[in-house]
Amino acid sequence: MNHSHTHHEPLLRIAKRDPLPRSKAYAVRVIAVLISLLVSGIFIFSVTKLNPIAVYQSMFQGAYGTNRRMWVTIRDTMMLLCISLGLAPAFKMRFWNIGAEGQVLIGGIATAGLMRSLGTSVPTPLLLIIMACASLVCGAVWGMIPAIFKARWNANETLFTLMMNYIAIQLTSYCVALWENPFGSNSVGIINPKTQAGWFPKLFGQANSLNVIIVLLVTVGMYVYLRYSKQGYEIAVVGDSENTARYAGINVQWVTIRTMAISSAICGLAGFIAVSGASHTISTSTAGGQGFTAIIVAWLSQFNSFIMVLISLLIVSLQKGAVQIASQFNLNDYASSVITGIILFFILGSEFFINFKIIVRGKKGGDAK
Amino acid sequence: MGNTPAVEMINVTKRFGKVTANDHVNLEIRKGEILSLLGENGSGKTTLMNMLSGLYFPDEGEIRINGEPVTITSPKDAFDCGIGMIHQHFKLVDVFTAAENVTLGAENSKLDIKAVTAHIKEICDKYGFIIDPGKKVYDMSVSEKQTVEIIKVLYRGADILILDEPTAVLTPQETDRLFNVMRNMKADGKAMIIITHKLHEVMDVSDRVAVLRKGQYIGDVATKDTNPDKLTEMMVGKKVTLNIAHPKYPNPTPRLTVKNLTVVDAIGVKRLDNVSFTAYGGEILGIAGIAGSGQKELLESIAGLQITQPGSSILYYPKEADSKGVELIGKSPKEIRNLGVGLSFVPEDRLGMGLVGPMGMTDNMLLRSFRKGKGIFADRKSPKELADKVMNDLGVVTPSTEFPVRRLSGGNVQKVLVGREIAQEPSVLMTAYAVRGLDINTSYIIYDLLTEQKMKGVAVVYVGEDLDVLLELADRIMVICGGQVSGIVDTAKTTKEEVGLLMTKFRKGGNS
Repeated sequence: MNHSHTHHEPLLRIAKRDPLPRSKAYAVRVIAVLISLLVSGIFIFSVTKLNPIAVYQSMFQGAYGTNRRMWVTIRDTMMLLCISLGLAPAFKMRFWNIGAEGQVLIGGIATAGLMRSLGTSVPTPLLLIIMACASLVCGAVWGMIPAIFKARWNANETLFTLMMNYIAIQLTSYCVALWENPFGSNSVGIINPKTQAGWFPKLFGQANSLNVIIVLLVTVGMYVYLRYSKQGYEIAVVGDSENTARYAGINVQWVTIRTMAISSAICGLAGFIAVSGASHTISTSTAGGQGFTAIIVAWLSQFNSFIMVLISLLIVSLQKGAVQIASQFNLNDYASSVITGIILFFILGSEFFINFKIIVRGKKGGDAK
Repeated sequence: MGNTPAVEMINVTKRFGKVTANDHVNLEIRKGEILSLLGENGSGKTTLMNMLSGLYFPDEGEIRINGEPVTITSPKDAFDCGIGMIHQHFKLVDVFTAAENVTLGAENSKLDIKAVTAHIKEICDKYGFIIDPGKKVYDMSVSEKQTVEIIKVLYRGADILILDEPTAVLTPQETDRLFNVMRNMKADGKAMIIITHKLHEVMDVSDRVAVLRKGQYIGDVATKDTNPDKLTEMMVGKKVTLNIAHPKYPNPTPRLTVKNLTVVDAIGVKRLDNVSFTAYGGEILGIAGIAGSGQKELLESIAGLQITQPGSSILYYPKEADSKGVELIGKSPKEIRNLGVGLSFVPEDRLGMGLVGPMGMTDNMLLRSFRKGKGIFADRKSPKELADKVMNDLGVVTPSTEFPVRRLSGGNVQKVLVGREIAQEPSVLMTAYAVRGLDINTSYIIYDLLTEQKMKGVAVVYVGEDLDVLLELADRIMVICGGQVSGIVDTAKTTKEEVGLLMTKFRKGGNS
């Protein structure tokens, strides 16, 4: 029996802390954002020798500097938010829907196709309704394919939805070639530029008011659906334990397919908003990677629709600001990505300090942070 | 050996947020001694042991091993101090042999299986273990797996062993064998701590008993100076009568007739083989058998969760007399439940089936009623009332009915589950391991609840592991072994030994 090794109490220990009151928890998050700005300031200065305050100002200008920029930020926020809302039910069910990019594109293709073909014959309000329904249906069908395979043969949905993205991109390329305008441009061009048929009409003097209205309606709807409806409850049970769901008489296969249909229908609707309410064209970059960014938004917000609004706004603002500083200070694009990364890192890190405390050796129940 | 205790824990305190799991606990374990650690659920036994085995670090207090103060911050530190813990859930690699599992993680081993095997043989001979070092873990019975766990710990040179509810999964014969091994280790000077809820085992094997209550150290007594009643009083803090009332229901009537039930699993192994029996309303039918003998499949088949083989039949006779019986096979779980067949199934993983861990009590009550009512919205009002009722009636300790059940102690989780099932007023109530891991007081509350249901004319099917309890609680016991019925006995006319033998009747190799 030799116990000659002496073990030292570790310098730092992690212990679970009492639940923080809400106000304090938010204070920690605000502090985290402030520290992240400080750290990125040091980064900016040490790498570029620029005044960090000027850089932040410029970022703010980039996102909100003019009325137009502000509306672009809002419009893109709504787009990201809409996709995140779509992903929420699927992720809540622990169905890894990585296929939002493709679902958005499919909704976009449906919208663009109808806009081109019906633009001259159907009045815009009716056309908008037709396009919205078509994008919902096409998105739903697209998303149900992996869901059926998952329910029937337990196919891995992560790979399946991911690969469906590439099919959607190829389909989009095909449609772009089919609808090329003018010939040889390799793009669809603005659809119905003169008549503006099928475009979102200006409401309250703003071209993008309808985007905001539709997405906020979906926001409230999704919140109520997930939190208070019977189906929302089923999703939560299936997400936590399929065995419990089976035992409670829930048809797991059906819930999987139904939930995925809703999820991808809303992503399809985002495609409708992107085409009809923003770009008025379709290309393989219509989804622009937002289908992946939305995964972060959905998880960060813990599927709470209203927190999604804030996080989408933050991420889009950072993206816009980053573009601005890249051009204004001649910085590489990656410099701005680093800043976005630092800020997200601190926000995620603050959750740790909300749940845990760090005890330093020797101090009794000491409290760090 | 000297007089220094093997382990001293002095004023050890551990808090989790607002909850104090251990409040200035003092515990001493001597060499060559078996100490029973007793306490109700949530009294802090496991927390205390986890601090010895390096999973938790105490907030205050000191641990001494052989008189020397030590700091244990990881399981590896614990090993260095000669402490080994045998957990309730085995931590073995299924596709490895016993010998390979034993060497796994042991330091500076050059994987010389021959030497390892020799060493294992040596350990086995010394303490009286029986194990084939070359046998793969997936071929082993629960008791053999446990043996591997203990050898693993001894192989690494542990002389302080902690056994967390080692007998929960064993037959009476296997338990006796384990206790013999423990006595041999004791003679060799090892210090042992055993956590168990079965008082007769405490009396049987231990030298001293230490009692915890609500995180506080109540005291310790020499086993020879005490008895189960006194120990219970120490644990609970008041006098408790340890008798299961066993009233007779006047006229039991057949409620469920199972005929030729056969179930084959995904890889073609027969899990149930031609099982036939009848369960009566107003009777508790106990089901005994070694864990994994088909209990789970049997209950799941009745609940409609298993695919059964052609020829199987489960007839259900509703309470209303002169009905001919309804065939349950082919019906969905929902339809079966609507007929009044309730399953309060508690598998190894308590939260895996029946409850949703991250949800609170209210939302878990909702699991049974969320379809009720028109419209698309779920009604949370009556589940909330039910949750309050279960909380009060069964004494569930929880901060609120919205607190995630996953974070409640095992006993409270069980109460939530059983409380909900009984509230459905079933006419057949099936429970599996309803008291597994529950303390005495809670166990008796559950026994009373089940007996109460029986006296209401409910057919209770009780899958249990403690034969003493089965004999007292049930009216008849059906013993299953390897998916077959090895006997149905009347509890008034049988003995523990008879049931124990039936449990291993068809076992190949007869290693009992």
